[in-house]
Amino acid sequence: MEAAMGLMRRMPPRHSETALSALLSLLPHNSSDLLSQVDLPLQVLSDDDSGKRFILCEYNRDADSYRSPWSNKYHPRLEDAPYPSSKLRQLEIEANDIFTVYCDQYYEGGISSVYMWEDDNEGFVACFLKDGSKTGQGRRGYLEEGTWDAIHVIEVGPEEETTRYCLTSTVMLSLTTDDVSSGTFSLSGSIRRQMNMNLPVADGHLCNMGKMIEEMEGKLRNSLDQVYFGKTREMVCTLRPPSEVLPMRLPDS
Amino acid sequence: MAEEETELSDKQKKEIAKWFLLNAPAGEIQYVAKDLKSVLNNDDVYDEAASEAFPVYNKSHMICLEMPGRFGDVLVTSYGELQGNEYLDPKTAQVAIVDHVKQVCTEVRPATDEELPTPYVEEYRCALEAEMLKYVSEAYPKGSCSVYCINGKDVEGPGNDFELVAVISAARLSPQNFCTGSWRSIWNIECKDDIQVLELKGKLQVGAHYFEEGNVQLDAKHECRDSTMFQSPDDGAIAIASLIRHHETEYLASLEVASYLNLPDATFKDLRRKLPVTRTLFPWHSTSQFNLTREISKELGIGK
Repeated sequence: MEAAMGLMRRMPPRHSETALSALLSLLPHNSSDLLSQVDLPLQVLSDDDSGKRFILCEYNRDADSYRSPWSNKYHPRLEDAPYPSSKLRQLEIEANDIFTVYCDQYYEGGISSVYMWEDDNEGFVACFLKDGSKTGQGRRGYLEEGTWDAIHVIEVGPEEETTRYCLTSTVMLSLTTDDVSSGTFSLSGSIRRQMNMNLPVADGHLCNMGKMIEEMEGKLRNSLDQVYFGKTREMVCTLRPPSEVLPMRLPDS
Repeated sequence: MAEEETELSDKQKKEIAKWFLLNAPAGEIQYVAKDLKSVLNNDDVYDEAASEAFPVYNKSHMICLEMPGRFGDVLVTSYGELQGNEYLDPKTAQVAIVDHVKQVCTEVRPATDEELPTPYVEEYRCALEAEMLKYVSEAYPKGSCSVYCINGKDVEGPGNDFELVAVISAARLSPQNFCTGSWRSIWNIECKDDIQVLELKGKLQVGAHYFEEGNVQLDAKHECRDSTMFQSPDDGAIAIASLIRHHETEYLASLEVASYLNLPDATFKDLRRKLPVTRTLFPWHSTSQFNLTREISKELGIGK
């Protein structure tokens, strides 16, 4: 399994789907591990009842069907499928509504979905997903095509006065530009981070989870700059220093 | 979830294995090989896949190998390929015998006359190589280059066209920093002897891979053309090298400006705002059980 994850870390991000299906066919017995640990660009389906779109992921899947957070029904229809309890479903509905507003505020477009389910420790797990892409000339120019997909999985501990929240966030980013003077430029990949907090349950689960996600996304946005651009740029400059730097010989590493 | 998957055939496994090897980022194929062997758990299939994939990978990445016997380095490229595992190093007129899977040069032999260009062409090739070596040693801390004659190597005298190709290959591996990168330039030079014109076509490719917190890869490409007049091998060489230097420097600068300086702000603002339009963090606290969305929408001043 470790070797499989190692391979996923080296294959070009734009080929992640191919890489994952290759691994699934080589390691059929590890399929559930692989599917839950590897993040792929998100896909979307339309809900039969409302026509609203929802995001597909491991967390709302059973066999080959996916549960819509809007209607709580599986597409295609499925017998004997798992559903969250009605109390959790209420929370899920609210979460979807509020997350949609949050995403509108920050992303000005895109699709969001939230799924929740009870776990074995008397707590529950919530998964917030956001899918979105933009093509064409961005308002400020330069952007040709870009996508930002986010997956936030929060494990919520059993409800006590102070409850434990464990957040694992993955942001998958892809940027491509195509302009005459610099040819094609494509930067893509994913970053994963974790954050754990103990927060008073009196504030409300949604409030606590929401704030964690907002904080995490803000941090990721900043460090994406450092990681995506900073590190790769540093490497390019190491390979071939810009002319001003040339007189200085770099130490051999 | 599907029940027992039908077992893949060895041939299918081999193709998958080759795919992983060929897609390894520059300088990382040995790491990919190690993980792949573990996942495949079948040495025969792996060996076959490796014997097919490694040569393609090595040539496409133009890997640089040390030749035994103090002859320096040789670049493994399709331009210098004489046979499956024999590669010409035009600089020293030696032929390197290479083990692709181990990525080492196992022995060296002198090139035969048939394998080398004629003295007429060699004068041009050699002059250009000398200029290129000067340029590469100045511009690339760890770069290698070679100049090959790929067309018309039997041209005996003036009046006939021939074609040279200059390749530059630089790679940087920093596994402890979770970062690798590569630069590859391929410059085709058509020498139109009768009109004393040199036509250049360049293909530049830069890649970088950062894998500390995830998997981030850069893939940038660029093509360009130019031409110049020449009188003699020496001034032709100087002219070409200076054009190449000019285009590569310009490309690097435009990468900096267009992509790195402008993209972060422009793109990130387009993909995710730093803060909502309200300039404050999202009002999660307005979370009352039922009127949640309405209250928030009111606060944010949006109709719903």
